[in-house]
Amino acid sequence: MKLESKIPEGPLAEKWARHKFALKLVNPANKRKYDIIVVGTGLAGASAAASLAELGYNVKAFCYQDSPRRAHSIAAQGGINAAKNYQNDGDSVFRLFYDTIKGGDYRAREGNVYRLAEVSVNIIDQCVAQGVPFAREYGGTLANRSFGGAQVSRTFYARGQTGQQLLLGAYSALSRQVANGKVKLYTRTEMLDLVVEDGKARGIVVRNLITGKIESHSGHAVLLCTGGYGNVFYLSTNAMGCNVTAAWRAHKKGALFGNPCFTQIHPTCIPVSGHYQSKLTLMSESLRNDGRVWVPKTKEDAEKIRKGQIKPSDLGEEARDYFLERRYPSFGNLVPRDVASRNAKNMCDEGRGVAKTGLAVYLDFADAIKRDGLKTIEAKYGNLFEMYEKITGENPYETPMMIYPAVHYTMGGLWVDYNLMTSIPGLYALGEANFSDHGANRLGASALMQGLADGYFVIPYTVGDYLATIGPADKLPVDAPAFKEAEQKIQAQVNKFLSIQGERPVDDLHKELGHIMWEYCGMSRSADGLKIAKQKIQALKKEFWTNSKVLGDAGEMNQGLEQAGRVADFIELGELMVDDALNRNESCGGHFREEYQTPDGEALRDDANYTYVAAWEYQGEDKPELLNKEPLEFENVKLTQRSYK
Amino acid sequence: MKITLKVWRQKNSNTPGKLVEYQLDNVSEDMSFLEMFDVLNDSLTRKGEEPVAFDHDCREGICGTCSMYINGRAHGPQTGATTCQLHMRSFNDGDTIVVEPWRARAFPIIKDLIVDRLAFDRIIQAGGYVSVNTGSAVDANEILIPRTIADEAMDAAACIGCGACVAACKNASAMLFVSAKVSQLAILPQGKSEHKERAERMVAQMDSEGFGACSFTGACSVECPKSISLDHIARLNREYLGAKLSSDNIQG
Ligand SMILES: Cc1cc2nc3c(=O)[nH]c(=O)nc-3n(C[C@H](O)[C@H](O)[C@H](O)COP(=O)(O)OP(=O)(O)OC[C@H]3O[C@@H](n4cnc5c(N)ncnc54)[C@H](O)[C@@H]3O)c2cc1C
Ligand code: SF4
Ligand code: FES
Repeated sequence: MKLESKIPEGPLAEKWARHKFALKLVNPANKRKYDIIVVGTGLAGASAAASLAELGYNVKAFCYQDSPRRAHSIAAQGGINAAKNYQNDGDSVFRLFYDTIKGGDYRAREGNVYRLAEVSVNIIDQCVAQGVPFAREYGGTLANRSFGGAQVSRTFYARGQTGQQLLLGAYSALSRQVANGKVKLYTRTEMLDLVVEDGKARGIVVRNLITGKIESHSGHAVLLCTGGYGNVFYLSTNAMGCNVTAAWRAHKKGALFGNPCFTQIHPTCIPVSGHYQSKLTLMSESLRNDGRVWVPKTKEDAEKIRKGQIKPSDLGEEARDYFLERRYPSFGNLVPRDVASRNAKNMCDEGRGVAKTGLAVYLDFADAIKRDGLKTIEAKYGNLFEMYEKITGENPYETPMMIYPAVHYTMGGLWVDYNLMTSIPGLYALGEANFSDHGANRLGASALMQGLADGYFVIPYTVGDYLATIGPADKLPVDAPAFKEAEQKIQAQVNKFLSIQGERPVDDLHKELGHIMWEYCGMSRSADGLKIAKQKIQALKKEFWTNSKVLGDAGEMNQGLEQAGRVADFIELGELMVDDALNRNESCGGHFREEYQTPDGEALRDDANYTYVAAWEYQGEDKPELLNKEPLEFENVKLTQRSYK
Repeated sequence: MKITLKVWRQKNSNTPGKLVEYQLDNVSEDMSFLEMFDVLNDSLTRKGEEPVAFDHDCREGICGTCSMYINGRAHGPQTGATTCQLHMRSFNDGDTIVVEPWRARAFPIIKDLIVDRLAFDRIIQAGGYVSVNTGSAVDANEILIPRTIADEAMDAAACIGCGACVAACKNASAMLFVSAKVSQLAILPQGKSEHKERAERMVAQMDSEGFGACSFTGACSVECPKSISLDHIARLNREYLGAKLSSDNIQG
């Protein structure tokens, strides 16, 4: 397939302005003749649905939760980046662009990333206008903090609940459009298929999660804003319901999947405590501003700590290894996430990990408390400390926190062009669901920025170009055969899940998949391991389709059934992730192949052979997928070995 | 630990429900309350009994989805925490725990422990927003907001829309939820121009949803996982009365 990224010509700083001018417009009176389907009501979906409805389009918005306000974006803690340069510390659109490209280890498109940095400033304005209570200085101006991978303070925040406040802002705009009759909401409704005819996206098939009824919805365009697929690892910082189903089923209908193996492992999460563990809780990265990461210098001390013979406070400065500060003097504790995670893993692999399991490192606030006082630290991180104490039963004001890396974000996703359109005309992907802006590693506070950029400031322009091209008459009615066939297929799949009646609950199979992915396709990967993973996943797939157990009926609320569909898709995705990781014979960002590292253990890229987006094309059940390559061109930055030393 | 659970089971909104007893022998005190339910559901599924339906998503106290009424208290014995943040170390070996759904006329039961809270969304749709279209905002630092005001607005905005306030109230009033949103937007300059209609419309919607009247017992604030203060109810009352009494009130 020929991949056209549609990056406009011209100087970097003028691309978006020129492109906006070149895009076709739908005249205001005609907008009401178009129906747009928005799947997902997180930052990307809610902002898109509200903005498109404000323009006059008819929008249908879908989510699996009981309310749009509960989308997983609500859980983001730390903040959102924007190149406002309010701190006068040398920030600029170009610097944010540069940091993002470099942070992503040169595996993202220059054009997309520059646009993201450019519209970042408008996002903050919009959110403030909606009443988002960002943190302020005493004089009333907006406050900022710094985040990993940057040397300026450009992160806006609302205590430790930034995602919540941004989402509630977008949700309020969405609610206003519901009241205006321009958005119709479908909550507790899950998209299970995409309908494509004549090569265009025509609508979706959904299951009503209360009644079990399977129905179709038709539209001129379909926007997938369905979030990331970190739950393929079972344990992650994502909400329990996060899934790949919408994106995966679109993939099986022809949408290419970009860089599926690019996964972000977040360095600061609460460590695993037992086999019953259902999720991992993130401790915001902002903690690394004031917390110092360390492990005991010697294995012997670490062992004593693990056995409970000594406490961390028994070890003096000389017995501690502040390994990030030691190895990266200029960025210190604020190195990007992939670097921080890998280093923590290495310490534990060396036998210097703490906690009973040996799978944890310390994040220590003692110095910060001494320097700034308890009050200041409490004001900054109070709710995070409280959260930590609720989960672990330990008080981080008194004893250092224990943290360990966990799966957090997926940079990969549906391949989209500059207009956010997938390889299926009329099908768009926004937010974490697409692959576009973060390359091989995302910087902290940039996902919220991207979700809102896509929804508020990109899609309102780009979708019009497509709609104006096809015209209002080009729409398929829901009683067309294509919809009926898709509904029957989904009904058959639902019935199949209920008919297997094997031995193992779906959750149990999901856990097994998670173990395979974490072991072989997690923080570090090797060709040998990936080959083992592939076999194991294929065996698990058989096991799933012959030995899973789902109870209850199809025609009612049935959470086991919902989960079965999601896990079936995760298993297939897992195999593709492994293929992608195996194909990429280099290390870059979050993708660390053990065979490819510098002498001091940093990721070693192979720019000559892998400066491309891997866009995978589905070929049919159990057939290997086809690899398409979109070469990445860099005209404004020089590719260098990332250094945070 | 050994735990006896008495869980409300109800097939759907048309079928009457009842408490059903389950025995769990291997509960770790580091488990979260919902992880205990995962363990229960795993064993029920293996035995061929339908697992218990319950609402949950983020499992870290922010999405507002989880909603269990535990031993007569919304979100259980801990204060300032949601059901998903509750850990088994809050209970003792041999305890019997009764788990029910939120009970309120405006929150009909869908299945087992899951209720319908769409009424909350409809209240927000009635006016819980600032009317500003995408693209029409001024530079963010042109609106100066003193830190104390921003903090107070943030206190109110912290509401997660879980509905525990309604479940905890003997009248099933939604005043705490409504007041949190009205208050956030009334405090901030951005929300000022619509503050009268907002209070009126949201209260009218709340009343039409079948929530009870507020008799200011304070149970809501005690059980609220985000400790939303009763001061917001006082502010809502002022806003509402002010709107009712003022002559430029066009909404009638
Ligand atoms: C704990 C945590 C903290 C984070 N902190 C930060 C931070 O500080 N800064 C930052 O920039 N980023 C942060 N992130 C990342 C960021 O929150 C997410 O990447 C971002 O919010 C994703 O937004 P989204 O709109 O793309 O998707 P989501 O918010 O995940 O929304 C997905 C939507 O799709 C719907 N959906 C999914 N599948 C279906 C289906 N099949 N049918 C119907 N609906 C469906 C869901 O109901 C939901 O409405 C954090 C992430 C986590 C996990
Ligand atoms: S006010 Fe408190 S209890 Fe009520 S919905 Fe909000 S967070 Fe829940
Ligand atoms: S599951 Fe999200 S608040 Fe409890």
